[in-house]
Amino acid sequence: MTKKYHVTTTVNGDEYEVLCEPQQSLLDVLRDTLTLTGTKEGCATGDCGACSVVVDGRLVCSCLMLAVEADGKKVETIEGMAKDEDLHPLQKNFLEFNGLQCGICTPGILIAARELLKRNPDPTETEVRYWLAGNLCRCTGYDKIIRSVLVTAKEMRGS
Amino acid sequence: MADLRYEAPETLNAAVALLAGASGMTRVLAGGTDVIVQMETDLIEPELLVDIKKIPEVRQIAAENGGWRVGAAVTGMELVEHAAFCKAWPGVIDGVKLIGSIQVKGRATMGGNLCNASPAADSVPALVAAGATARIVGPKGTRDVAVETIPTGPGKTSLAKGEFIASFFFPKRPAHSGDAYLRFTPRTEMDIAVVGVGINLTLDGSGTCTAARVALGAVAPTVLLVNDAAKALIGTKVDAAALDKLATAASAACRPIDDKRGTKEYRIKVTGVIAKRAAQIALERARKS
Amino acid sequence: MATILEKSGFNPDRKLKIVGSSPVKHDGLDKVTGRAKFGADYFLPGMLVGKVLRSPHAHANIRSIDISAAEALPGVKAVITRDDFPEIKAGTPQGDVTRNVIAREKALYEGHPVAAVAAISESIAKKAMKLIKVDYEVLPHVIDAVEAMQPGAPILHDHIRTKGVKGAENQKTNVVERLDLSMGDADKGFKEADVIVEHEYDSKPMHQGYIEPQACVATSTEDGQIELWCCTQAPFVYRDRLSEILKIDASKINVQQSELGGGFGGKTGFYTEPLAIMLARKSKRPVKITLTRAEVFRGTGPVSGTKSRVKMGVRKDGRITAAEAELVFQTGAFTGSMFSNAPQAMFTRYDLENIKTVSYEVVSNRPKVNSFRAPCVPQIVFGVEGVIDELARKIGMDPIDLRLKNAAKEGYKTIYGDVFGPIGFVETLQAAKKCEHYTSPKKPGTGRGVAAGFWFNRGGETSTTLNLAPDGTVTIIIGTADVAGSRISISMMAAEELGVPVDKVHVRLADTASLGFNRVTAGSRTTYSVGMTVVDSARQCIKELTRRAAQIWKVPDEGVVFEDGYCRPASSNVGDFEPLSIADICKKTTMSHGAIVASTSMNVTGAGPGFGLHIVDVDVDRETGAVQILRYTVVEDAGKAIHRLQVEGQYQGGAVQGIGWALNEEYIYGADGKLQNPGFLDYRMPVASDVPMIGTEIVEVPNPRHPFGLRGVGEVPVVPTMAAIANAIGDCIGIRPTSLPMSPPKLLKLMDDAKKGKGR
Repeated sequence: MTKKYHVTTTVNGDEYEVLCEPQQSLLDVLRDTLTLTGTKEGCATGDCGACSVVVDGRLVCSCLMLAVEADGKKVETIEGMAKDEDLHPLQKNFLEFNGLQCGICTPGILIAARELLKRNPDPTETEVRYWLAGNLCRCTGYDKIIRSVLVTAKEMRGS
Repeated sequence: MADLRYEAPETLNAAVALLAGASGMTRVLAGGTDVIVQMETDLIEPELLVDIKKIPEVRQIAAENGGWRVGAAVTGMELVEHAAFCKAWPGVIDGVKLIGSIQVKGRATMGGNLCNASPAADSVPALVAAGATARIVGPKGTRDVAVETIPTGPGKTSLAKGEFIASFFFPKRPAHSGDAYLRFTPRTEMDIAVVGVGINLTLDGSGTCTAARVALGAVAPTVLLVNDAAKALIGTKVDAAALDKLATAASAACRPIDDKRGTKEYRIKVTGVIAKRAAQIALERARKS
Repeated sequence: MATILEKSGFNPDRKLKIVGSSPVKHDGLDKVTGRAKFGADYFLPGMLVGKVLRSPHAHANIRSIDISAAEALPGVKAVITRDDFPEIKAGTPQGDVTRNVIAREKALYEGHPVAAVAAISESIAKKAMKLIKVDYEVLPHVIDAVEAMQPGAPILHDHIRTKGVKGAENQKTNVVERLDLSMGDADKGFKEADVIVEHEYDSKPMHQGYIEPQACVATSTEDGQIELWCCTQAPFVYRDRLSEILKIDASKINVQQSELGGGFGGKTGFYTEPLAIMLARKSKRPVKITLTRAEVFRGTGPVSGTKSRVKMGVRKDGRITAAEAELVFQTGAFTGSMFSNAPQAMFTRYDLENIKTVSYEVVSNRPKVNSFRAPCVPQIVFGVEGVIDELARKIGMDPIDLRLKNAAKEGYKTIYGDVFGPIGFVETLQAAKKCEHYTSPKKPGTGRGVAAGFWFNRGGETSTTLNLAPDGTVTIIIGTADVAGSRISISMMAAEELGVPVDKVHVRLADTASLGFNRVTAGSRTTYSVGMTVVDSARQCIKELTRRAAQIWKVPDEGVVFEDGYCRPASSNVGDFEPLSIADICKKTTMSHGAIVASTSMNVTGAGPGFGLHIVDVDVDRETGAVQILRYTVVEDAGKAIHRLQVEGQYQGGAVQGIGWALNEEYIYGADGKLQNPGFLDYRMPVASDVPMIGTEIVEVPNPRHPFGLRGVGEVPVVPTMAAIANAIGDCIGIRPTSLPMSPPKLLKLMDDAKKGKGR
């Protein structure tokens, strides 16, 4: 029986205490222990970005962090992106401009895009593409994703 | 096989003691972007992971004696966001920027990139071209070595049991110096380098190159520091003729393999092309500095 | 039984209020908030973790499997092998299906499942797998299809005899079938040609690349009822195949499809589901299996690699006189590549009279292939559209003009026997010729290429139910998986028919117990077929609504008409009654007369073929061979774009998949028969920075067989893509590549060889 580690972490503002095996990733624990399944596993090797979350303000792949490393840290996932009934402008615009088809990459992309706009409120198309290079999408060809982000950036600058 | 143990010591000495005292396979956990992937794909089964991120020395970026001391576990993004370091060593930043996606750079470190010892590691050629040194801590104390002595083969380093890199030191830069790292990959991002070239050069007041270091990645079992390629630049104005000589010397130094990322023949050819392009960027930066 | 929809009732003058717009899709909200439940997002009490043990060898006899140590490990609740599955004769369709799910006599590819474990945690399941002892007798393997055809190649299946070849009855072989498909007299046609072009082409297997790995949760009750939650494009097909290979009544298996994180054809056949079910049976607990990305690459069906020879002849005036092709398709370890699509579709956008094709399907030691968009066709059109371009160049004709000169039109009888109804190939070509991309000059030093594509589009068995709640809102249950967002288009069509706002219509993906058989989501059939049955059901409901209004008003049925969501008196003679809305009638009459529900099940026919023309500008780095896509435009006929943004999305997504296939995607095998790139690092799909915005032009030549005139659009966008890019590269560097993928080392070699005077 593998020894378990006691981890206290805050996810979307809620404090959780979990027991986890040391090799379990933050992604594993978010999904299987906390049943927050909005964050997706596409590859578990950091190549697709479907598992993107924010840890202590930093955009990361949750498959590339062990759950034990999240002890004492603040984690933000897709489930925390909307504030109650209010969607984040990115979420709203992805819906309006059809920035998603099957939707499996969408949580990761929304989290990554939100972090981009926090740092760079006026990105060029190229800057958006390079920032999102770590988020694979196979359905959309990226076009409407990029457009949705650019529209949102403009809207957020305006307000 | 014993079960995995995870430790997060708060001092260098505590980390050294853990690593030196372990009997089975150990790994230092900095960013984890290689170690965790290797565990996930069953390439390694460590019995002890020593997470060094709680140790202050490995996480700092500080000016030191006109140069820069960068902790081995500073993340890629932290380094990329450090304006002063970016200004001083843009070529090193070129390399760091290419270690995977924004998400990967949010965790990945130069220490990990170097010690994972992939021949194609993106931060290593520029690190070597910069003449950086690594401060190693271990059971026998502390020592500083040139970074190019660390990787000894794919996946292998010269570190002894119990040793790990605590920080890197980048020397003070002479005026009119510039560095650059360029690589070839089939896609624009997210690929492992097929060929990588790091060039660091210094010009004198008349625009003649007085010093140069040329390092090649992904074309040999370890990074190559190519003296002949540097000699092709030194004493010249880094004009077209010098660049051609540089390309020839770089291609000649390659000892690449055929693998899923590129053929021998392709790598040899493209090394020369990339070396020229990297040199031109380094030259521009040297002229502006 | 369709009662209303004998003719589709397509009316080109109908004023549409909803169809043709782009409302927010209903399933979108859950997807942007992370609430949508995909295959791996399902949990049941007591659920165990299942893991699959796979063969490390490309070809091996399995002498024995010892699971005793694994079973004894604390925390392990079940271990299964071939012994737990019903015996089914090799060489039958079900025999192949069961052997792909779990190896019986032999492991036929690296990654072939050999055993599976269910345990209380993933780490225990992994430990248990290490304790399973499999005794393999390693055999020589063969990976490449052409090598597998040669005498002396290792034979995968003793029972295979080449179908379609006389005298093959006694010859063990890896060639499953030789298919001859011809029409007219190609030899005569070539004699009439002024210019003949012939080339050989090859392509490597690639993967559909869906971001969601396969995942399922299975339960089995004491009396053998199976509940299966899984991501699939074919819940009914899964149910029926599971029934066949597990020997369980179909009515005892209920498959509930989850949201699907991409399929593109790759999730039309199962992998983990039978294993999860048998583990659930043996352990008496729910079992979840999720594949890792490496397992997806090693164990699920890729796309056929091919070798082809294409020859075409043209007269100086631009009429193509003959076409010939010889094609070899790799099907992996078992037959089932759908290779007959290729000879049927490869030339079919042109009204050729003389065609001769020979195609082969060959097994080899790789995973069995699965469909991709337009299975087996894009990699062949890669060659055909290059030949067409070269013919155009050699007779000095504009490449689109040559295609126009030979464009198939209504009335053309295809090589597979169908006669085209109204089609939009000419209109698509004309739109392409006029479009801004084609008419604007290209940048100096860059290349421009065009290529055309065709896909049959399918109909098929479809079953749906539409019911009106007492408050007048509409629920539709469908059994055809939604791979990209077809639910909103279906809601729109129902809303249009019923005259209600689209947000009063909800479409749900039913489990297999709730509906009659629905064919797999494939062939670009969903919006077309489900639209058809849903419109039929809507019209049945409208008939019932008018009947009830007539009863309420005590007038004859003919005295009531339905318009814009209301029943009204047909004229003032009928009486002066206030119009009744759907909600009014449902509220008033549901309790007394029962619910208003209609179900429609039919084999939908009349799907209209789709055509496209792609235009692409590229730049090639002359020193490294790297290709940059500068500009891309998809011009395609949608018949009628029900949801415009969705249709654009299909065009753009298909184009970018084709870009990946064209430039970098391939399976790389070592000499040991093992896959070297089972991950997204070295299986190189396009990332956001690799591609530009993808321009789209939606042409609309309605298909009159459908109430709204629509044609499927899912597959055509991939068909011409690699050809268009290759043609653009040819225009850029003067050499048109013939081998996929057109990766930098290959292009650099082409350019270098040309400089040295070698090569073609």
